[in-house]
Amino acid sequence: MADKFKEQAVIIRQEEISYGVYSMWLKTDQIAGKAKPGQFLSIYCREGSRLLPRPISLCEIDREDQAVRIVYRVAGKGTEELSGMRTGGSLEVVGPLGNGFPLKEKKAFLIGGGIGIPPMLQLAKELQCEKQIILGYRDSLFLQKEFKKQGKLYVATEDGSYGVEGNVLDAIRENGLDAEIIYACGPGPMLRAMKAYAKEKKIECWVSLEERMACGIGACLGCVCKSREKDSHTNVNNKRICKEGPVFRAEEVEF
Amino acid sequence: MNTKVKLAGVTLKNPVMTASGTFGSGAEYAEFVDLNKLGAVVTKGVANVPWEGNPTPRIAETYGGMLNAVGLQNPGIDLFVERDIPFLTKYDTKIIVNVCGRTTEDYCEVVRRLAEQPVDMLEINISCPNVEEGGIAFGQNPKSVEAITKEVKKYAKQPIIMKLSPNVTDIAEMAKAAEAGGADALSLINTITGMKIDIHRRTFALANKTGGLSGPAIHPVAVRMVYQTAQAVQIPIIGMGGISTAEDALEMILAGATAVSVGTANFHNPLVTMEIVKGIREYMEQNGVEDIGELIGGVR
Repeated sequence: MADKFKEQAVIIRQEEISYGVYSMWLKTDQIAGKAKPGQFLSIYCREGSRLLPRPISLCEIDREDQAVRIVYRVAGKGTEELSGMRTGGSLEVVGPLGNGFPLKEKKAFLIGGGIGIPPMLQLAKELQCEKQIILGYRDSLFLQKEFKKQGKLYVATEDGSYGVEGNVLDAIRENGLDAEIIYACGPGPMLRAMKAYAKEKKIECWVSLEERMACGIGACLGCVCKSREKDSHTNVNNKRICKEGPVFRAEEVEF
Repeated sequence: MNTKVKLAGVTLKNPVMTASGTFGSGAEYAEFVDLNKLGAVVTKGVANVPWEGNPTPRIAETYGGMLNAVGLQNPGIDLFVERDIPFLTKYDTKIIVNVCGRTTEDYCEVVRRLAEQPVDMLEINISCPNVEEGGIAFGQNPKSVEAITKEVKKYAKQPIIMKLSPNVTDIAEMAKAAEAGGADALSLINTITGMKIDIHRRTFALANKTGGLSGPAIHPVAVRMVYQTAQAVQIPIIGMGGISTAEDALEMILAGATAVSVGTANFHNPLVTMEIVKGIREYMEQNGVEDIGELIGGVR
């Protein structure tokens, strides 16, 4: 019983904060006390036909009140079930899982795209450095207010309805921003663009990856990614996203 | 009350084991489960050399089940002997090593390497549906089942369990072939080959296109095959396939299994093996069953 816990977490509150995007605060026994930004929870469905836990990143961690916040998009039947749960209900969860982001004191870009935005919030709260938060949305926004409190906020929307029209890289260029380190979570094309940008600028870049998972704890080898170094489990070049990740040095992994 | 069962001369404290590939070598689950309370830990398949496995996605959920095409990623026998066996010997449980290979020689090399190791039994995987060479290729023809069983038996110091595939016309025929080859026990069933298509991306859900279906969806198929096999052979059977509850495990035992393996259910509930051990005891108490042996093959 080292640092992962299986708990019945109680829903403190849940609300839809953007179209199809839900915010849920969960009361935990021990998870919140141990959790770090960039880690995730495995959330189990009540409906028995859905066997596999849903890996959902931690958006905020309230260690004092032993609560965690998740912000997720309804993407299938599991998250649909989750979105229908009410205050006072309970959820089976295992966590905190994965490695989380390293906290470095360097002028930083915190980059979130779509449903990769939520984990950047707790990271922003814990980083002690100059923070430039750059968020890319398809159209409707969420978590704006919370991010504004944590650093300089730049927004890009695909349809140009808010901020810069385009993606996070367009927002960086249009605002003439620079940094010494990048933390990023979001869709594959965005992460690949940030990896290329970091290489061009010769700066450090950390990305949070996702993959279909089964066990969530490193046993099933379902969620590997190709890595430059040998992995600790199989000693090939297959790091487990749920265990060695989900956060990796960008140049260390293929995605 | 006696929950001990005997499998090819090896006594397990209870009939509950883990299914190969779902439990690693136990280290990850040991954070949730007391391995000392398991009848045995069956490890992820190990080959003579490290295998990288298949591209991702390797996992897809299906109704009441899941598909996997991990492709037997494993560290190879060297690292396994150095790291995984010493980890498992710290616990008071039996160690069953699952063995995979591309060729008969690969299997025999691993079996030979394990001969001097403190492991209790070997489970020979001739039924993985997710690799091009080896795996299921050995398990779909009775002649090759018998031949590979004979070969590994030449090198084995521990009892040999042949793990059979459900992707065959007649499971009893394969079981008899393994018995004829000298198998000490049988494991069944491995996963059922399946496919899932993502209609939005218009592609396969798995990079490997096909995968092995596991989980509660396959349980009745497994019970039927365990029953048929139990009627056909004398050697003990380890039943597996979608066991998620003590009731499922008891069905398997009544169908003719001496022990059971719990696999996919670990993903749904990391503590499930402990609950099944407890549930079997409760059933025995409630039904006045003194010895679990009374239940094995209890329906005919």
